[in-house]
Amino acid sequence: MKNLIKAPVVAVTFLSVIASPAMAQSIDDRVNQLFASSTGWFVNLIFSPFPGTSFPWIVAWLVIAAVVFTVYFGLIQFRAFPHSIALVRGDYSDPNDAGEVSHFQALATALSGTVGLGNIAGVAVAVSIGGPGATFWMILAGLMGMASKFTECTLGVKYRNEYEDGTVSGGPMYYLTKGFEERGIPAGRILAVLFSVFCILGALGGGNMFQANQAHAQITNVLGDYPGWITGVLFAAIVFAVIVGGLKSIARVTEKVVPFMGILYVLTALVIILMNADKIGWAFGQIFAGAFTGLGVAGGFVGALIQGFKRAAFSNEAGVGSAAIAHSAVRTKEPITEGFVSLLEPFIDTVVICTMTALVIIITGQLMSDPDTGLYLLNEGGTAIQTVDGNSGVALTSAAFSSAFGWFKYILAIAVILFAFSTMISWSYYGLKAWTFLFGEGKTTEIIFKVIFCVFVVIGAAANLGPVIDFSDAAIFAMAVVNIVGLYFLMPIVKAEMHSYLSRLSSGEIRKYS
Amino acid sequence: MTRKIILGYDDSESAKSALVFASNLAKSEDAELVVAHVLEWSPYSFLTPDELAERHKRRKEELNRAETALLAPAMEELARRGVQASTVLRYGHIAETICDIIEEIGASQVVIGRTGHSSISSRLFGSVAGTLAQASPVPVTIVP
Repeated sequence: MKNLIKAPVVAVTFLSVIASPAMAQSIDDRVNQLFASSTGWFVNLIFSPFPGTSFPWIVAWLVIAAVVFTVYFGLIQFRAFPHSIALVRGDYSDPNDAGEVSHFQALATALSGTVGLGNIAGVAVAVSIGGPGATFWMILAGLMGMASKFTECTLGVKYRNEYEDGTVSGGPMYYLTKGFEERGIPAGRILAVLFSVFCILGALGGGNMFQANQAHAQITNVLGDYPGWITGVLFAAIVFAVIVGGLKSIARVTEKVVPFMGILYVLTALVIILMNADKIGWAFGQIFAGAFTGLGVAGGFVGALIQGFKRAAFSNEAGVGSAAIAHSAVRTKEPITEGFVSLLEPFIDTVVICTMTALVIIITGQLMSDPDTGLYLLNEGGTAIQTVDGNSGVALTSAAFSSAFGWFKYILAIAVILFAFSTMISWSYYGLKAWTFLFGEGKTTEIIFKVIFCVFVVIGAAANLGPVIDFSDAAIFAMAVVNIVGLYFLMPIVKAEMHSYLSRLSSGEIRKYS
Repeated sequence: MTRKIILGYDDSESAKSALVFASNLAKSEDAELVVAHVLEWSPYSFLTPDELAERHKRRKEELNRAETALLAPAMEELARRGVQASTVLRYGHIAETICDIIEEIGASQVVIGRTGHSSISSRLFGSVAGTLAQASPVPVTIVP
């Protein structure tokens, strides 16, 4: 408890000593340079395009996987949708298991890890670079990603480790080792180690730095500019208090507030869209037209497609493997039921929430177009569409919402901070699970990871958006490279489970309790 | 068939008075006493990833604690008073779960302590005893 009180005090003293603007700016700059130069090679490797094109191989990798799972499981995401909802409602839960983790709780926790800045800032990045057409590809990626999520979460529950004391650990590192062993395929262990390494990087990148970075951007948007490392130190102190100091109360408050923020966000978006009801048809027209023609966007319709797919994957994490970690704690006799529940996640995250953000940005006219040609105007560098105030990322979403309700930027600032925070807590857990898989469970090894995690909060808040978002994407997609290889090898197991379960469901062997 | 009386029991002072009242009632009516304890739980509450991973372990601990620290002493006290009793331990919404137990075992009445709190939350959302009095399918005796 002592440390908790000390941390902010130290932080504040630290601030007052070197808070002179010039010096602070140079700290931010140095962090930024160091960061960009040390991660550039990794980013280039992951996003290298197919020779002779501008199409990154990693995007194709994710899309092909989602299509393969969708076809292999016979459009399971649409067939099982009603059953998924019945499972979440608890219709099939044994009343004697009350007090165990319910399907709803596993879904809600996994969602609070994925719903976050990807839905607010990520979508803004997608439509400002890829144009409205990116929305179309984003929705499509979300719908197909449901099948990827279904596959990985079923495996996550099936191959989790249950310890004697009753705690569980699950996720790709466990199904890669145990599942591969069961099928007699070699190299499962190597894949699991690779996945864990990338998962730690992903936890530090997309699950941490990107969040800290955009939370800072949102705070400066409301309060005015100040050096990023200050936000970083404060955030790090709070995260430290929760994950190291065991201050569960903060985590619990966020876990409770985040869903309400999510609902408020969607409702506000709906109100704004309805206020502009006359433009809904036009907005969808832009989305469809942009999806296939690009409407003058940099990179044309391929640019829109790449942005849409990239941001969808980043937002709903389908195929990445992170959700398999969160979902594996549910108490169920049938691992496949958690697969059914988890397929709702990309739907809620991407098809509902991301689409809301995109529609609000488009409908409120944030993207500037040439009135004569109808094509979008590009900024000076030609890298993105010109926006009304030159905003990008979360600031663009904020501007779009504020154009309808001036006060909303304050709500959004709070929402962004809470979303960022809950995503960080979730990812600190995912990263920790990968870390303990590599280095073994134990207090000291856990503390080392948690301290590293907090240091990256500061780096993330201080660095510029560009390098941070590149590294975050790269690390998270690297997880998907390994995870999807595993899913291809293990998908017959999921199919067998699915057939067995669905036949027992239709024969009436599996019945509702209530 | 002997009549069954449910005693809704927790660690409050009023629950102890309810226990005395219910044991006298059971003796005079020659009824069977069922001591029910419900651990407040909603499948729709929000948990952190850590809490998810530890839930199964915590649940075992919670059940164990309720069994040893709460129900066992109550059973001893009842045995000392010469009353035959059994126990039920459940998770759920307290009043609703007690109503479920009433129907399952076919109890003819319920005795419950009036929790001494006059906190704002119980004024706003109602107390367990109050809710039970409204929802129960059988007569409810609330013991102060």
